[in-house]
Amino acid sequence: MDFLESIRFDMIWNYKELFIRGLWVTLGLTAVGYIGGVILGLFLGIGKLSKIKWIYYPCKYYVDFFRGTPLLVQILLIHLAVIPSIFGHSLGYFVSGATALMLNCAAYNAEIIRAGIQSIEKGQMEAARSLGMPKREAMKQIILPQAFRRMIPPLGNELIALLKDSSLVTVIAANDLLYASQVVAGAYQRFYEPYVTVAILYLLLTWVCTRVIAYVEKRYSNSYIPRRRRTFSFSRSSVGG
Amino acid sequence: MIKINSLYKSFGNLEVLKGIDCEINEKEVVCVIGPSGSGKSTFLRCINLLEEVTDGSIYIDGVKINDTKTNINEIRKEVGMVFQQFNLFPHMNVLNNITIAPKRIRKMHEVEAVDLAYQLLEKVGLQDKAEAYPEQLSGGQMQRVAIARALAMRPKIMLFDEPTSALDPEMVKEVLDVMKQLAVEGMTMVVVTHEMGFAREMGDRVLFMDEGVIMEEGTPSEVFGQPKNSRTQDFLSKVL
Repeated sequence: MDFLESIRFDMIWNYKELFIRGLWVTLGLTAVGYIGGVILGLFLGIGKLSKIKWIYYPCKYYVDFFRGTPLLVQILLIHLAVIPSIFGHSLGYFVSGATALMLNCAAYNAEIIRAGIQSIEKGQMEAARSLGMPKREAMKQIILPQAFRRMIPPLGNELIALLKDSSLVTVIAANDLLYASQVVAGAYQRFYEPYVTVAILYLLLTWVCTRVIAYVEKRYSNSYIPRRRRTFSFSRSSVGG
Repeated sequence: MIKINSLYKSFGNLEVLKGIDCEINEKEVVCVIGPSGSGKSTFLRCINLLEEVTDGSIYIDGVKINDTKTNINEIRKEVGMVFQQFNLFPHMNVLNNITIAPKRIRKMHEVEAVDLAYQLLEKVGLQDKAEAYPEQLSGGQMQRVAIARALAMRPKIMLFDEPTSALDPEMVKEVLDVMKQLAVEGMTMVVVTHEMGFAREMGDRVLFMDEGVIMEEGTPSEVFGQPKNSRTQDFLSKVL
């Protein structure tokens, strides 16, 4: 029992503010990166379905680049090279980190969104177009609402992956969750406690995400009929107007 | 109303339509019959440009539709289409399936659109299904909703692409009855079908297509009664 007694979680407690701050930074980076990544990914995904070459190729090369290079390299490149060369100075770890995560996440989301759109039967677009709907309107009203349901599981995976990958921003001195544990490790020269703590915290975060995704998935699976009505039978005798 | 001049359509190297000339008059019901792969469906889909035309011209009310200057969405408002696979929008209930196009495209007011939808549902005998979702309907009911949806745009022409081919036999009649009613009311209809009974009874004219051309055309009694072309005779002997 020597081992258990020698565990010193008091040192984590001493640095609790750093961990709490780290938690918020990690959540902030993930949220900004993910929301931006979904929106940008939507445009890239639709762009990759375009028949127009000057739309298709930039989207394709974008996705190829961001999926084909390590996120760590992208973070360093954006923080140390791209942003300073555009703005003349660094904009801080959060802007660099969130930008890198967003751009990277968008590339993966683009593929998910493209595949989701392509999985909708051709007849849906044809039916919408045959009613006189312009392509953009048909995409918005008919295709995307159906495609999004099919995208929920892979987009959920992407969220969890991004949450974990956000720890890479530690390399640009972002004070995220992982950074907090590194500080503790450095200060006490002990490694079990800080890294086990941070692992547990990440596990908790991903667990919460998993539950939320599972709920959303269940809510939007199988049937399009709103839940509150599923048990009803449809007998509406009076014809209204 | 519709005038088609030497229409050609190729998919890559495969030539599907090899010069179709055809005229369809107002209030006419034209049934297109023929073996699978003869190009019937492609021909129909060219009429509202779901297929890009390779060569030739299609005029609707004097407007050349396969012209880059023509706004195809404007043309499609006037040409309703019913598909073999129904293609109802599964994420919307029956009412929204019918009202979305009038509301979004014709800019019809909500109340007016719902009113129209109920009228059309009554016409196809499905007033009580307005709140149902497509997955709760049978094939025959779905196809009747699809007809109502197309009619909601108040089209001048209705195209039917094998509307009963995906249905269980006992549901074919309910769909054909709705189509007959439409024909009686004077809708201009082009119907690609395997229902020879419908073609014979309701068709003003029957086109027999094979290998990408119209092999024979005439009134139902001419085409079914005394087919002149040997291909027509051969086809009819197999299906009748």
